[in-house]
Amino acid sequence: MKKRTLKVFSLVLVLVMALGLLASCANDDNSDVNEITIGILAPLTGGAAYFGESVRNGLMLYIDEFNARGGLQINPILRDEEGNMTIAVTMYNYLVDQNVTAIIGSVTSDPTRAIVPLAFEDNMPMITASATHAGVTVHPDTGQVFTNMFRSCFIDPFQGTKMADFAFEELGARTAAVLYSNEIAYSIGLMEAFIHRAETLGLEIVHIERHADHAVDFVGQLTNIAAHNPDVLFVPGYNYHVALIGPQSVTAGLTDTVLLGADGWAGSLERMEHDPSSIEGSFFMTGFTHESTEQHVLDFISRFEAEYGIPPNMFAAQAYDAAMILIAAIERTLAATDYEPDSEAFRLALIDQMSATDIQGVTGRITFDEFNNPQKTAFIIHIVDGVERFWGTF
Amino acid sequence: MKEFRISMPMRYIINSLLLVAFIVAGHLITQSGLLGRAHNANIVSVGIFIILAVSLNLSTGYLGQLPLGHAGFMAIGAYAGAIFWRSGLLPSTASVPAGLLVAGLAAAVVGVIIGIPALRLKGDYLAIITLGFGEIIRVIINNLDSVTGGAGGLHGIPRHSNFLIVYLCVIICCIAIHMLMKSRHGRAILSIRENEIAAESCGINTTYYKVMAFAFSAFFAGIAGALFAGNIGLLVPGEFDFMTSINILMIVVLGGMGSMAGSVIAASILTSLPLFMAALNEYRMIIYALMLIIVMLFKPSGLLGTYDFSLSRLLEKLIRRRIAAKSKVKEGEA
Amino acid sequence: MLLVSQLINGLQLGSIYALVALGYTMVYGIIKLLNFAHGEIIMVGGYIALFSLTLGNFHPVVAALLTVAGCTLLAVILEKLTYAPLRFAPRLSLLITAIGISILLQNVAQFFFDAAPRSFPASELFPVGTVMLGNVSVAYTSLVTIVLSIVSMISLTILVQRTKLGKAMRAVSEDTEAAQLMGVNVNNVITFTFAVGAALAGIGALLFVARFPQVTPTMGAMLGLKAFVAAVLGGIGSIPGAMVGGYAVGLIEVLAVYVGLSRWTDGLVFLVLIIVLLVRPTGIMGRKLMEKV
Repeated sequence: MKKRTLKVFSLVLVLVMALGLLASCANDDNSDVNEITIGILAPLTGGAAYFGESVRNGLMLYIDEFNARGGLQINPILRDEEGNMTIAVTMYNYLVDQNVTAIIGSVTSDPTRAIVPLAFEDNMPMITASATHAGVTVHPDTGQVFTNMFRSCFIDPFQGTKMADFAFEELGARTAAVLYSNEIAYSIGLMEAFIHRAETLGLEIVHIERHADHAVDFVGQLTNIAAHNPDVLFVPGYNYHVALIGPQSVTAGLTDTVLLGADGWAGSLERMEHDPSSIEGSFFMTGFTHESTEQHVLDFISRFEAEYGIPPNMFAAQAYDAAMILIAAIERTLAATDYEPDSEAFRLALIDQMSATDIQGVTGRITFDEFNNPQKTAFIIHIVDGVERFWGTF
Repeated sequence: MKEFRISMPMRYIINSLLLVAFIVAGHLITQSGLLGRAHNANIVSVGIFIILAVSLNLSTGYLGQLPLGHAGFMAIGAYAGAIFWRSGLLPSTASVPAGLLVAGLAAAVVGVIIGIPALRLKGDYLAIITLGFGEIIRVIINNLDSVTGGAGGLHGIPRHSNFLIVYLCVIICCIAIHMLMKSRHGRAILSIRENEIAAESCGINTTYYKVMAFAFSAFFAGIAGALFAGNIGLLVPGEFDFMTSINILMIVVLGGMGSMAGSVIAASILTSLPLFMAALNEYRMIIYALMLIIVMLFKPSGLLGTYDFSLSRLLEKLIRRRIAAKSKVKEGEA
Repeated sequence: MLLVSQLINGLQLGSIYALVALGYTMVYGIIKLLNFAHGEIIMVGGYIALFSLTLGNFHPVVAALLTVAGCTLLAVILEKLTYAPLRFAPRLSLLITAIGISILLQNVAQFFFDAAPRSFPASELFPVGTVMLGNVSVAYTSLVTIVLSIVSMISLTILVQRTKLGKAMRAVSEDTEAAQLMGVNVNNVITFTFAVGAALAGIGALLFVARFPQVTPTMGAMLGLKAFVAAVLGGIGSIPGAMVGGYAVGLIEVLAVYVGLSRWTDGLVFLVLIIVLLVRPTGIMGRKLMEKV
């Protein structure tokens, strides 16, 4: 009998203690957490350093502004992945070793795609500001969504589709040609979507040409295209291609054709500062415009210029928004749960909070679709008198 | 007094025991997570670059040629292995070694196809023709998008390159090349490096041996490529460009052309630098290039020259010293 | 008409390759070195031209002279510092040193000038515009490029064939030790050869950025490689060969695009090189060299 009483008594005691513990936890809504460590992966050296630095500037501006408000402090650990997949994987693991709560990165699509399957297994919340490849958030074969991976930039197919719509509906184009690089996944993704959409619309593709990533001579391709005299020429390349294709399209006699591009064109005028006349009248799509009427965007631009001495480009703006999305989700998770910030449970809750994002960023209002891609406004830029003019949203 | 020597069977036993101990210890340590994931990932990358460097050293250090298309062979192996693994032809346990073998053989076959014509040329011409082949391989991979995924990449490759698999390959590669170089064929290869015309006039079939060394080199580069594919899980053609070949060459040259130990040490240090010395990133390539030039100017044989580490030799030395010390003591007593 | 304008485009491209190939050919002819860093000399020339026009605000002629002088000086310094001490070293060491210099220059440029491409004020260097030849419009730059390359080749031939220095160059190329015994200052002749090659690279750099108005740290790599292919194709060591090779590479690239093989162009150039090396290792205009034991 005695033994039994002891047993019951101890059981009750344990239960009470456990309940007490739980209760004390429930009171604690993590308001005492005052620092969260996040990782940042970006190429800061090597060929992609230009993008990496833009993204870093945008991220750090937001994090510094957030920390200056007091309260929760964000402690970023920045690692250079050099645009290299192997180093990216090592650096991702380094950040995991540092017990980061979430990761912002990486910048270009290939290193990001190398990390994503690992991060998916680890339930590591991630957001990229600039990796546009469709395979970053969705497994290309199985169609499985990498639920932990978000982005604040457009995806390749979206841009190609939109530009075909724009050419057909707004410019009244009926014939189109494409000059893309078969060595760049970004370029291929846009080209395929553009052609696919053009077929549905009845926009006739009269000619398709290709070029190497580091090609400098495009006159041959452009002369071939000129022979078909298309209404529009879609050039889904990067700004350094545009800076060479522009002048050579004049040489090749493509003077009546309107050049169209996507967000790879951002910064083209910088690359052609001495003579932008050859891309006069071109249109391209981007995620950010300086010609905003909204005060918070103008404020962002002036703060960025004060900090770095240069105006923000699209990558910096999208990075600013990526940091905003992540940190807002962290705050919501801290308020809603009582998990330790470096625990898996916290990360899972954070992923849920991120998918529920509805935020007004400097690149527009952002929500995520079921593939974790942002649903936000696309801006069309028209190049007039050698400057980027905001043509409208589309 | 007769010099103390460890007998050959004893040497084999000591070396095999040490290798087994190394593999088991390394496997246990990496599995335990003691080092952290970053170091584990880095150790795997180091192993892959050791294979690349040791295999390139065969054609650069021992054969005395300068092929600049090693990344091309790596690419062949990587894609062959990845396509094999993705096809799921074999059950998983047999699939890994079979895929590695397929990768090595594919690269070796391409090595022979390229080697037979290319090795008729010498020195600078050989360098440029292999560079050309490397670029052609990259262009072909880019354009065969139905098989290789093109620039979009080949994704979803099973990631099974762990310590055990990678370092078993490292050991097999080092032993195979070591044994080749200690054999009759190895001496023929070395004689071609020293003086091709003299070697030929001694009746050595130089073309045969050059192609053989080249194919060996390609075989292991192919295996390293497959391990690379199995490490990252994603392949893009841009990863196998000219600069990759140059990076491997730098490891070989800095370590010492003709020194396997040099290649292993240089591969370990150069591959780990991004993790351990991120502050150097901005200057790293400048430092490498300067080191390359300085080494060529002042010690053209590389840091370790043709020195090769031998454990048995080290043991012998230590034991001899002990014996000498003992006999001295005895003399003193006497 | 499409074909004619493509051919003119190919000739312009080929002229630039030819100028660069002349540099490879001369250096190879005299010390049997594949000067891997030659492409990077062009890159440095591009930056000199850019900065003297934008930062220095110099007259285009001054900028052009500065570019050529800068390239020449750089090549002479590199030759004295690195290649000269290795004159009797194995060929492999020399080749690896050249590769090292090439990587060094690329990365130093990237360190100081950023990896991002910079815009080049091409219109300040050459007037923009076209002339009508028959009913094909040809850009001024195309004409200037083609004419300049031909003039360069002719003056180089005169230099090598008709002057005393040229005789010394040929002597060193034929047999270095014998030339030294005959009183030729071998070191000076070799340095001079490097200088001439680099001066041509400087001109090539100007024509290149006039046509492709963008300067990057890696701009010399592919250009150098293709020019080297041109030099081998024409027969390395031969001055007219470099010209023929240059035009051939330019035309191959353009014609490949013309017939719709644009995705294969880079591969095609190397394929042609490989075929030539296997069928006729001495190139189109090269002469057979006997191997000395």
